[in-house]
Amino acid sequence: MRLNTFGTKFMVVCAAALLLAACETTPEKAAMTSGQGASSSTTMAEPAGPQPGTEADLKLNVGDRVFFAFNKQDLSATARATLERQAAWLKKYPNVAVTVEGNCDDRGTREYNLALGSRRANAAKNYLVSLGVQSTRIKTISYGKERPVAVGDNEAAWSQNRNAITVVN
Amino acid sequence: MMTLALTRTLTRLRYGVLLALTLLIPTLSPGVARAELQIDITQGNVNPLPIAIANFYVPDAATGHFGNDIPAVVRADLERSGLFKPLDPTSFIQAPAAMQVQPNFQDWRVINAQALVTGDITAQPDGQLKVEFRLWDVYAQQQMTGLVYVTAPANWRRVAHLISDAIYKRITGEDGYFDTRIVYVAESGPLTHRVKRLAIMDQDGYNQRYLTNGASLVLTPRFSPNQQEITYLSYYGNRPRVYLLNIDTGQQEVVGDFSGMTFAPRFSPDGNTVVMSMAEPDGSSNIFTMDLRSRRVSRLTREPSINTSPCYSPDGKEIAFNSDRGGSQQLYVMNADGSNQHRISFGQGRYATPVWSPRGDLVAFTKILDGTFSIGVMHPDGSGERLLDHSYLEEGPTWAPNGRVIMFYRETQGDAHGRGVHDQLWSVDLTGYNLREVITPTDASDPAWSPLSPLIH
Repeated sequence: MRLNTFGTKFMVVCAAALLLAACETTPEKAAMTSGQGASSSTTMAEPAGPQPGTEADLKLNVGDRVFFAFNKQDLSATARATLERQAAWLKKYPNVAVTVEGNCDDRGTREYNLALGSRRANAAKNYLVSLGVQSTRIKTISYGKERPVAVGDNEAAWSQNRNAITVVN
Repeated sequence: MMTLALTRTLTRLRYGVLLALTLLIPTLSPGVARAELQIDITQGNVNPLPIAIANFYVPDAATGHFGNDIPAVVRADLERSGLFKPLDPTSFIQAPAAMQVQPNFQDWRVINAQALVTGDITAQPDGQLKVEFRLWDVYAQQQMTGLVYVTAPANWRRVAHLISDAIYKRITGEDGYFDTRIVYVAESGPLTHRVKRLAIMDQDGYNQRYLTNGASLVLTPRFSPNQQEITYLSYYGNRPRVYLLNIDTGQQEVVGDFSGMTFAPRFSPDGNTVVMSMAEPDGSSNIFTMDLRSRRVSRLTREPSINTSPCYSPDGKEIAFNSDRGGSQQLYVMNADGSNQHRISFGQGRYATPVWSPRGDLVAFTKILDGTFSIGVMHPDGSGERLLDHSYLEEGPTWAPNGRVIMFYRETQGDAHGRGVHDQLWSVDLTGYNLREVITPTDASDPAWSPLSPLIH
């Protein structure tokens, strides 16, 4: 929120620097953003955080993911609190559209886990919709057990991989 | 791609004119009357039958290497089946040229061969190869079968597999499965960003070819009954949907272009229908069919649960699938129109991936119990459950076309940093014996076994 006190152009520069450093955009997007930055002011300052309304902002200041128990899609109190923050954030940035990605650990069969990932993504989406976010702003996709965020064949990794991650389109 | 497709088409055409003639020769005078040489493959742990597969006689020096190459492939095929023990060719007494008329059976008895394979190869004026082989019962001193194939030299491995199939069939009484191919998912790269490509190979791991380039995540390829097409799941454009791929032309088309993700596709036995799952907005997944000619879509299940991994019975009248509608993942069977849905698995644990045997008498499945994955079989009514193999993680059974061998993939358990994780293809006999790794150039998963080629059998 401190960023709001700076000028818009400066925010673009900050965001560009952060995004490039984090390698979180495609090369095309990154090049475009840095181009804008290069043509703007020469003001120098330390970036104070992600640009509001971006995926980096969602990740850092809101929480982009919720976690599930083994073979479950029930939303825990923690998960609901995260989704409530996401809903408030989505209402604050009405032009942002997102995709909820459902994921599983690899202790199930491939096709069943594709279905389970879909169940988790829709559980998160439907809760966001129940909180007043327009359904058309939220897509879902399931990766089943294909996109683990943590490796290591143990419960610590599996619990990280049973998730629904909200990403900005 | 174009060149590959063209080559493949030409190869197909050549297969079409590949000749197979039975070699008839007068029966030699038998010695002592004895039971015919045979293997009962319904018994587990059989003693492999000692068989001598001699190098083939080739008078022409330019094609002489085929005289060693073709028998070597036959030996490898039969050895991998677990039912035969091909003897070491260095122990052979009689040379190929000396067996042109008739083997000296005494020379083969002394090395304890019960069966003997001889053959010869002659180059034809048009450049084709004529490959003859004969299978002999060493003790009865009789020919058991004999065939001649005429084909382009490029097809030499396929001729070898056809010979293996003929030997297997004559001695076991069952169709072989050596002239078949495997489509699978070739895996590479880190576990968090795995690159997956469709790949196809002969059942013995040769003639590897990639069918997709890895740009899109692909999963669960399955053959059409005529082997010309594969149905699979692709994340092309970040939209997971069911596709068809023509192996010969490389042409792809979307089948499951519905509102939600489509996945878990399989062909009907007549090849006219694809059955698959679709993810619905309430989080459930249900089973649908698409008629490939009329494009008509039919809903088979309507449940607020997961219903997936559908697989037709070989007569096309029923579909096995798994569902957690009763609280845990279990196997179900329904009629092909969706009626009479009933649960068939009642054991401990979760049951998944039912795959109907080509013979119709068994359903292979994956079972998950106490953190261990098993591959097993049961009758379609749920009786007679038998587990064939188990490990940290294995799933995705597929049947050899004769219903005697099951292939699946296994993933090894890695350490806390994900090191040591490998995905590999394995095969095991229906008896639970003869567990073998199927060697692939990269990590591999989701195997699907082709039918026998309709062009030759």
